[in-house]
Amino acid sequence: MGLTTYLTSLSIAAIAALLLAAKADDAVFATHAWIFIAACGLAIIYQLRTLDSNRNMPEKRDGYLDGVVRAGVIATVFWGLVGFLVGVVIAAQLSFPVLNFDTSFTNFGRLRPLHTSAVIFAFVGNALLCTSFYTVQRTCATRLAFGNLAWFVFWGYQLFIVLAATGYLLGATQSREYAEPEWYVDIWLTIVWVAYLAVFLGTLWKRREPHIYVGNWFYLAFIVTIAMLHIVNNLAVPVSFLGVKSYSLFSGVQDALTQWWYGHNAVGFLLTAGFLGMMYYFVPKQAQRPVYSYRLSIIHFWALIFLYIWAGPHHLLYTALPDWAQTLGMVFSIMLWMPSWAGMINGLMTLSGAWDKIRTDPIIRFMVLALAFYGMATFEGPLLSIKAVNSLSHYTDWTIGHVHAGALGWNGMLTFAALYYMVPRLWSRNGLYSLRLVNWHFWLATLGIVLYAAAMWVSGIQQGLMWRTFNELGFLEYSFAETVAAMHPYYVMRTIGGIFYLLGAFIMAYNLWRTVVSPTTEKSAIVTPEGGQVAMSGSV
Amino acid sequence: MEYEAMRQFADTWGLVFLVAIFVFVVVWIFRPGSSKLYDEQAKIPFNDDGED
Repeated sequence: MGLTTYLTSLSIAAIAALLLAAKADDAVFATHAWIFIAACGLAIIYQLRTLDSNRNMPEKRDGYLDGVVRAGVIATVFWGLVGFLVGVVIAAQLSFPVLNFDTSFTNFGRLRPLHTSAVIFAFVGNALLCTSFYTVQRTCATRLAFGNLAWFVFWGYQLFIVLAATGYLLGATQSREYAEPEWYVDIWLTIVWVAYLAVFLGTLWKRREPHIYVGNWFYLAFIVTIAMLHIVNNLAVPVSFLGVKSYSLFSGVQDALTQWWYGHNAVGFLLTAGFLGMMYYFVPKQAQRPVYSYRLSIIHFWALIFLYIWAGPHHLLYTALPDWAQTLGMVFSIMLWMPSWAGMINGLMTLSGAWDKIRTDPIIRFMVLALAFYGMATFEGPLLSIKAVNSLSHYTDWTIGHVHAGALGWNGMLTFAALYYMVPRLWSRNGLYSLRLVNWHFWLATLGIVLYAAAMWVSGIQQGLMWRTFNELGFLEYSFAETVAAMHPYYVMRTIGGIFYLLGAFIMAYNLWRTVVSPTTEKSAIVTPEGGQVAMSGSV
Repeated sequence: MEYEAMRQFADTWGLVFLVAIFVFVVVWIFRPGSSKLYDEQAKIPFNDDGED
């Protein structure tokens, strides 16, 4: 796109948004229009200020477009810190309700979707964006397709995050779990996502490697399926084209099933398929040996894709959903155990013959723990989807514990490993600033997860049992308020676990920052202030 | 398509179709000569070792 066309279209977009802001039906819509204008304005100012400097400086490494990957790494760390921090705040609110501060902006109901979206879409989403751009270029031996479209994907996605987050705080929500943003934010995300798909597919298309590596299959499945889920689940009729409110196209049980078809496959394709794509690149690279079984990776790819899409109804057991659909969801969830464990075994066995690396390489340790938690969470998931178990576990903290074992353990730890792997390479540094700090991060995060998951298991099972206990006369033994009071110690324990995890992430941010700002030195290892050696993360 | 007709298709031919695809994939990856091919493909991440 020519410079003039680019600046003109930005200006037209800004003016159109200005009209929307002036005509808006409600304050949230007007605020969002102003945010959009500000985004356009910043883009124009940036463009004009960099006219003179050679902003199209050729990238140093083999012509890969790595600037957008570096930006994605920074965004991943930033949103990770934000998401974990809000998580700690809402955990503290559940322990001590006074921390809701009695304002609508900071109450649990608004901060909770802020937390879930910040960790799932902002932290994990940016991690997937930047790792997919990083690995697809390297496994296809080519630069990202369509010039600077990848930059549009990156900034467009950040704008989506800001619109979603501010919407929650101001009270705009579709009330669909993990799909809270209102209709116009959904349309914006659709545009960004189509551009993402175009960049990824275009890069695969012009690859110089004859085959498409299995990791890219997983990334592609993630991008395509998320597009499908996002569009179908967000089909809605806006009350006005100048206001935030909209109503779902579906109603009743169809609405519920569409929502959980979306909800569970967001887990399946964002948190699982996309992360398996990450796993299939970074684990072999860090372990310096090819994946254990390429055949197994193909089988479990197709098995995962075929099975996951049917598992959603297990979120609606014992509801108005037809019984056969509930049973179908349960059966497919149990079958899903096999492809999940195939992926875990394939990842772990890649270390076969190099198990000593778990002791010597802290990044491998992150990866092994991530795979172990993947195995645990995908064992627990099918278990919880069994109707008899679900009758005890549903609506209790057991579900929360399950989700966090998967999210903090599998997604968090694998993202941290990928960040530690990429940062020295992206900024051409010889190694990380401090491996000792990587170890501190590892143990703080691990301890945090264990505290969190253990507290929620005990709390969830106790809660479920208290809810179903009858006295000799056939009345419920406990009032609801009594069960809430009984949860207090576990909630405090959970908060402490979250603080440990957050501390670990701050240590990572410091370590990565020091890695980036440290001057490039010669190939030999440098001695760190604490006397340890900084080595290339791959050759510890 | 009516709901009943879709149900009918989904739990008969639809099911057979998806299972057949999956069985084909499993048989296909064990075809003669595939071992060498897959060994090569597994090494794709290491083909770009200019950087480390």
